Amino acid sequence: MATTTAPTKAPGRGDRWAGPGMLLPFALFYLVFLVGPLIYTVVAGFFDASLLKKGLGDFAGLSNYAAVLGDDEFWRTLGNTLWFTVLTTVPLVLLSLVLAILADRFVRGRWFFRFAFFAPFVLPSAVISLIFTFIYADQVGLAQQAAKWIGVDTPPSWLGDPDWAMISIAAATVWWTIGFNFVLYLAGLQDIPRSVHEAAAIDGAGPWQRIRHVIVPMLGRTTTLVTVLQAVASLKVFDQIYMLTMGGPDGSTRPSLQLIYDTGFVEGRVGYASTVSLLLFVVILLVSLVWFALVRRAEKER
Amino acid sequence: MTAIATPPVTEQKTTTAGPPRKYDAERLFNRVALGTLIAFALLWLVPLAWALATSIRPAQEVVTDPTNWFTANPTLAAYGDIFDAGKLPYWYANSFITSILTTVLTVAAASLAAFALSQTRFRTRRAAFVVLLAGIMIPGQVLMIPQFLALQSVGLLNTYWGVVLPQVPNVVAVFVFKQFFDGIPRELIDAARADGAGWLRTYRQIVMPISRPVISAVTIFVFVGVWNNFLWPLLVVTDPEMMTLPVGLTSVQDVFGVPYAQLMASAVLGAIPLLAVFLLFQRRIVEGIAGTGLK
Repeated sequence: MATTTAPTKAPGRGDRWAGPGMLLPFALFYLVFLVGPLIYTVVAGFFDASLLKKGLGDFAGLSNYAAVLGDDEFWRTLGNTLWFTVLTTVPLVLLSLVLAILADRFVRGRWFFRFAFFAPFVLPSAVISLIFTFIYADQVGLAQQAAKWIGVDTPPSWLGDPDWAMISIAAATVWWTIGFNFVLYLAGLQDIPRSVHEAAAIDGAGPWQRIRHVIVPMLGRTTTLVTVLQAVASLKVFDQIYMLTMGGPDGSTRPSLQLIYDTGFVEGRVGYASTVSLLLFVVILLVSLVWFALVRRAEKER
Repeated sequence: MTAIATPPVTEQKTTTAGPPRKYDAERLFNRVALGTLIAFALLWLVPLAWALATSIRPAQEVVTDPTNWFTANPTLAAYGDIFDAGKLPYWYANSFITSILTTVLTVAAASLAAFALSQTRFRTRRAAFVVLLAGIMIPGQVLMIPQFLALQSVGLLNTYWGVVLPQVPNVVAVFVFKQFFDGIPRELIDAARADGAGWLRTYRQIVMPISRPVISAVTIFVFVGVWNNFLWPLLVVTDPEMMTLPVGLTSVQDVFGVPYAQLMASAVLGAIPLLAVFLLFQRRIVEGIAGTGLK
């Protein structure tokens, strides 16, 4: 929020439109590509809209909602999406926190850690998927080989086994995206004043106590941000699943966004897909609002 | 990035004031920490290194001994195959053109809007800001159907504009710019205005020149985001010569099926431009991300 005070000079003629005028180009894009589509999605959910016909089609009332909510596949893809979100958010928050705290202790060589953890993040999902297609391949892949080295005689087919496919995709995602959270945590660590570290050290706190009782609590705001950003990003997963398993085996990794993609663009059922879109949007909104509410309460109690 | 870390300080403190046992604990902890970090960092480099190593192995060797890292006969044959089979130069060019176009439009529109929200005063300013911020909550992917229909109806499928336009309203970019503009001293703007400069001139000649750090941070994260976008170009582009690199790369997989040397060569070719961007602009990328919402 702006904290600057109002100008002392009375705005001259023509000034009144300067602000809105400069806002206009962005606002147009915003209206055409965000607000308009959102309204369309809400409306289309009440119609039997189809990709093949022009216009919205017949009014369908709540039948799309009834169909989606009664569709096992909707609940299964939502379940897959939530499972993926849990599988990625937990390690992506905890591991990046640990690695950032450790890396923050070493000035020399920090560029190396930043390169190792962050470089994968800038790569396109297509590149990540190509690499992990090979790593997870049966017989020839590195992952099965590594499992054999550590004594697993018959490693599972990482992407072919319904029990393992989502876990494998989540592991690849953790590898790919941890750098983003790592950097957010490093930035948070830079904001902790040195006097805090010194005071704790003079008080005789060892490194472990300092981390537990000083550093981690002071990173609370960053942790909230990282968790919400991560959960929202994971709920929108599509790329790597589409390229690694196409949602298989047997639909076990098909996320909500792929249900929207398949029903909307492959089958052309725009009304149905719009309803799923809106419901996914509501889930994403709820997750972030609930999380923020919880954090607010925790902060008040402290 | 050059901030001084705590260990040297605490070590000194503990050697002079604290009991020696503490000093040992500190040193031991540092060793364990460094060991853990290096182990993880190496683990993190394995997939990249393996992809690179595989891409320069002769295809025959990869088939007979896939998990070997080293080859006596390194070759760039797989790269040649990719260039011959795919439309790689097109994909590079398309990714480059769409990313540049989007970035220029986004930086221009978002910075102008942020300037208006930060420095000018008009009645609906606060409301406008809240409405824009709410846009952060809207996941773009959920809106892909109406966006697609809109572009289809004006005939922009399979065009650069079809890829570019929906990616321009980047609310986070406005937010980052506004954070920076809010920190510009009020007197600077007032002085320019008192000298008779219009708002647009103040924006162009006073504000933008001093905003280089934030401009480059936004430029890089928008550029990388557009370059890496997969789902949207996958929807609007079906013509192989109009595909962006990420979409084109997935079609390589269909052409070659299993040969992993070629797959890894395409992965490396897809990775190189962004790894270069990353190495050149490491600091700016990191600043850009750190600035997305922390402070």
